[in-house]
Amino acid sequence: MATTLPTTGTEKLSSSAGGPTRRRRRGGERPNWLGGLLGWVWLAIVIIPIYWLVITSFKLQANYFGSNPLKPPTDLDFSNYKMVLDNDFASYFVNSVVVAAGTLIPAVLISFMAAYAIVRGEGLFLKSTNSLFLMGLAIPLQATIIPVYLIIIKLHLYDTLLALILPSIAFAIPLSVLVLSNFIRDVPKELFESMRVDGASEWAMLWRLAFPLTRPALVTVAIYNGLQVWNGFLLPLIMLTSPSKRTLPLALWTFQGQYGVNVPAIAASVVLSTLPILVLYVVGRRQLLSGLTAGFSK
Amino acid sequence: MALPALIFFIAFGVVPLLGVLVLSFCQWDGIGDIHPAGFDSWHAVLSDPGLPHAIWVTFEVMILSWAVQTPLSLIIGVFLAGNQRYRELLAVLYFIPLLLSSAALAVTYKALLDPNFGLGPGLHFSLLTRDWLGKGGLAMGVIIFVVSWQFIPFHALIYQGGVRQIPASMYEAAALDGAGRVRQFFSITVPQLKYTILTSSTLMVVGSLTFFDLIYVLTAGGPGDSTRVLALDMYQQGFQANLMGPASAIAVIIVLLGLGLALLLRRIGGTGSQLEGV
Repeated sequence: MATTLPTTGTEKLSSSAGGPTRRRRRGGERPNWLGGLLGWVWLAIVIIPIYWLVITSFKLQANYFGSNPLKPPTDLDFSNYKMVLDNDFASYFVNSVVVAAGTLIPAVLISFMAAYAIVRGEGLFLKSTNSLFLMGLAIPLQATIIPVYLIIIKLHLYDTLLALILPSIAFAIPLSVLVLSNFIRDVPKELFESMRVDGASEWAMLWRLAFPLTRPALVTVAIYNGLQVWNGFLLPLIMLTSPSKRTLPLALWTFQGQYGVNVPAIAASVVLSTLPILVLYVVGRRQLLSGLTAGFSK
Repeated sequence: MALPALIFFIAFGVVPLLGVLVLSFCQWDGIGDIHPAGFDSWHAVLSDPGLPHAIWVTFEVMILSWAVQTPLSLIIGVFLAGNQRYRELLAVLYFIPLLLSSAALAVTYKALLDPNFGLGPGLHFSLLTRDWLGKGGLAMGVIIFVVSWQFIPFHALIYQGGVRQIPASMYEAAALDGAGRVRQFFSITVPQLKYTILTSSTLMVVGSLTFFDLIYVLTAGGPGDSTRVLALDMYQQGFQANLMGPASAIAVIIVLLGLGLALLLRRIGGTGSQLEGV
């Protein structure tokens, strides 16, 4: 975990979220002991299960029972990892990557285009389109899974990765359009005007002006949906039968049945399935945290 | 330019939404042909004593997880909005639970709470040594805990962003008037965060209707039916018992609940909420 320490995170985080009021102390200059204490208590609540997962994954099953669960093993044992990796972990990983990329790229692009049209255009059609998307926010779309299943069967896509990708794109649209349109609304009108005077088409304004300016929101939306898709369980559970098509969360669930009481092996499979996203988090955390704070609380 | 998104959303959102209503008046085993069946499914679902129970459990999960998450996320969010460097570090670490899938979390907590080999017996800590998932009340408590553990970081982050947008001058004026930290929290921070609270609550409430994976892996609705929420009921009727008609009727009930709750929250919030169009 030590590698996640931010070195220069402060400026970026607050500058995009805080505007002119970024330096402030609430409640005068007294240190907030109670808040500080609770902050560390919460940290313990967050970290202890994760710490337990990691150390357990390096324990031998024989040593797992009876040993102090929070005491790190004396020597690291990689056999659990080897066992999980020998169990087709790589193909589940590839499936998850394909589904995530296949969902994210189209979902973010079409949501961005829709958000741009809704903010810049006018007319009843766009207004009702926007209302329709907003309605999607209030409806738990997972409740429509049975007809989606029927559609997937009729399209002959059952037990393919596309059966996960297509519905995931649709489920990602409402929130993405909301966050992106909030951002595009903040782009000064004058910028569009001056580009129009220069003879730019709407298409050029979309990609050359709005797209770069909306980048933080695009990243937010991509990460948020990426997490949803990467961790999705219901769609794979319903749409897939072949073991070779499984994505990571589904594989994890079946590992649990397979390994039974071999808790260290289960811990290793949880760690392995989370590792890729943890690495991405370490790399992109600043953008992620600032994007999320700005994207959801405008 | 809105067309591609619209087409996708209609194909996999609006059409299924209408489809689920149609299917609730049909008979389908998930593989064979679909036959119209009138009100059979609705009759079966509405006369099933399991339905009021599942609705009750769904509300229980929704209300308890909201009641635990909202104050804690608010406090943590306000705390994180402070400007010491270590709070930035905490914000980074706090976010980690969100990276784990619900399936991973359920598997992890199942092992951690095992009454024979889990954390409690391992540490000889009798308070933690219970049959956590074997008793209805305790299992519900575990679900609320794990949900909160997973999602408080996200909502705390939303609040952190919200707090940063409150003008500093309001706090300075209050401090000059002699208002202490607690007074400032209730008189400035909470009212100023009204719309943030509404946005976060809407996401929590509608999101709680879709809690499926965590409960499915953690308790599968048990012990008995004490944690069988509507979403799980729908899955079990549809994809395990192959009764797609009744399962669709349950799905319609979930959709109506989601819409009703979103409208209710909007009414409470009035205009100005981020989710205004809902």
